[in-house]
Amino acid sequence: MTMTARTPTLRFVASRLLYTAVVLLGVLVVVFALIHLVPGDPVRIALGTRYSPETYQALRHASGLDRPIAAQFLSYLGGAVTGDLGVSFRNGQPVTLILLDRLPATLSLAGVGVVIALVIALPLGTLAALREGRAVDGAIRVVSQFGVSVPDFWIGMLLITLFSAVLGLLPSSGYVPIVEDPVQWLRRVTLPALTIGLVAGSIMTRYVRAAVIDVASSGYVRTAESKGLGRAVVVGRHIGRNALVPVLTITGIQLATMLGGVIVVEVVFAWPGLGRLMYDSVASRDYPVIQGAVLMIAALFLAINLIVDILYSVIDPRIRLS
Amino acid sequence: MSELPSAAIDERMPRPAPGTGRGVIRLLVRTPLSAAGLAVLLALVLVAALGPVIAPYGVNATDVLGALRPPSPAHWFGTDDLGRDILSRVMLAARVSLQVAVVSVAFALVVGTAVGLISGYLGGWVDTVLMRAVDVMFAFPVLLLALAIVAILGPGLTTAMLAIGVVYTPIFARVTRASTLSVTEEPYVKASQAMGTRRSRILVRHILPNISGPIIVQTSLSLAFAILSEAALSFLGLGVQPPQPSWGRMLFDAQGFLGSAWWMSVFPGAAIFVTVLAFNLVGDGLRDALDPRHRTRMGRTARSGSRGSR
Repeated sequence: MTMTARTPTLRFVASRLLYTAVVLLGVLVVVFALIHLVPGDPVRIALGTRYSPETYQALRHASGLDRPIAAQFLSYLGGAVTGDLGVSFRNGQPVTLILLDRLPATLSLAGVGVVIALVIALPLGTLAALREGRAVDGAIRVVSQFGVSVPDFWIGMLLITLFSAVLGLLPSSGYVPIVEDPVQWLRRVTLPALTIGLVAGSIMTRYVRAAVIDVASSGYVRTAESKGLGRAVVVGRHIGRNALVPVLTITGIQLATMLGGVIVVEVVFAWPGLGRLMYDSVASRDYPVIQGAVLMIAALFLAINLIVDILYSVIDPRIRLS
Repeated sequence: MSELPSAAIDERMPRPAPGTGRGVIRLLVRTPLSAAGLAVLLALVLVAALGPVIAPYGVNATDVLGALRPPSPAHWFGTDDLGRDILSRVMLAARVSLQVAVVSVAFALVVGTAVGLISGYLGGWVDTVLMRAVDVMFAFPVLLLALAIVAILGPGLTTAMLAIGVVYTPIFARVTRASTLSVTEEPYVKASQAMGTRRSRILVRHILPNISGPIIVQTSLSLAFAILSEAALSFLGLGVQPPQPSWGRMLFDAQGFLGSAWWMSVFPGAAIFVTVLAFNLVGDGLRDALDPRHRTRMGRTARSGSRGSR
């Protein structure tokens, strides 16, 4: 590859990296500010009514809240870079360890959820686009509109009612790591992943449909058709490949959005991920853990968007050159 | 390309100003789905307004002996674990859900539109600073940020409204900014600037009326998401507090009875679903009526081939 072809890619990647770093700094400011917006003394609120002055002072000192705010921010920033996010108000454990302990559960849930969403959205969206304006298209659009409007945690409850309570096919809660017992993991991940997959799949169906329609009306598809190429070749090679770029973007965005959306679904299914951790920490006012969970999810969100942007530019040179 | 009289609201022409709302409603009820959405919303507003009068039972009237009864002529939606009538509670909860949605979206609308207008019209470093702030807010998934805000400020109706409002502010800022940028280049704005009209007057008299279309569409769609967010927060125990009934909290309470009393989860959930669906349908209808460019982009008219590339 010559230098001229390479430089725009590198420049594009560099500019995206810089942009992500700036936004991440903003995210850190917001997350740092959270604990300072607590009305009153966060340590006192977290401890409740029964505590000794020594406990109070120790916790306050350990969390650095007795230092000037600028010093606190700098040390939070330094800590975040080196992976030190402070200690839990509840049990004194390092927040980073608590988060890493919960991360696999959330990632496996979101991962299976995205796969289910793609399995729904790719065929339905493509079918709707190729039959644009017909009855099938109308039906698919109505169904996806329903999926967009439904609260995910309610879908989860209905699935539990049907598959666990009535049919007794699948467990309604709990988590088994995939490395321990893949079969039990799959049995337990199915319902929560189906819950988020159905909702995300509905949203993605709309984007796949729009992307395929967009590509199908372009000049090279008309050319391919007029050359007399078969329908399957045109759909697979010309439309499919070119529609991949927008579909990749929306998949990334959905995966990132899921990381926020899983909170309620994890509560419904007692799934021990970041969302459930966040819920428990809110209840026990464990502010450092809340901060850590928010930071981790936002950082993952940014990382996914960065990766999508870069992949996007690799697949489609028009983007980095424009 | 248009059975709809969309030529009358083509992007080159001035869009209907807020005063001509009747024309928009006429366009809206042309599509059956949007008309249905509008009818559902009107019914909901009626229920929310008249709830206490028309609900068959008291909202917190318990009847332990009649607890967990399935739907019957006496209790259309059945009763919960305390013997409370679910229909009455679903009706009363409509009011608080709509209230939270309207207040929070109004907040987002006012603040977001102001930020977007200023950012788009002034440009320069003001634009850069405001848009980087918006980028930072977009880095948080919506529910996560709302949850964090409520976690910090403490649970309750007011903080839930504030949290949802803050979370939806950036989207209004982006939508408004994008529209402002395009309208600012229009000849009538340039002419006004040349005549020395005051900045605030140009913004309010010339720009705002001509970017109202996308903002109105965004308002309807945001109301749908706000209902969902409120339900989620209340489900987590951070939004509407008992004894005031809310759909989200009713679903939370139903969790222990998924196998034994399906009606406890089905009806409140269906209420959320129908409300959100109605706002979404109206939002889609408004988009088709007010924003012809979007219709083209979604490809409904792209096939006609008469238009060049975007």
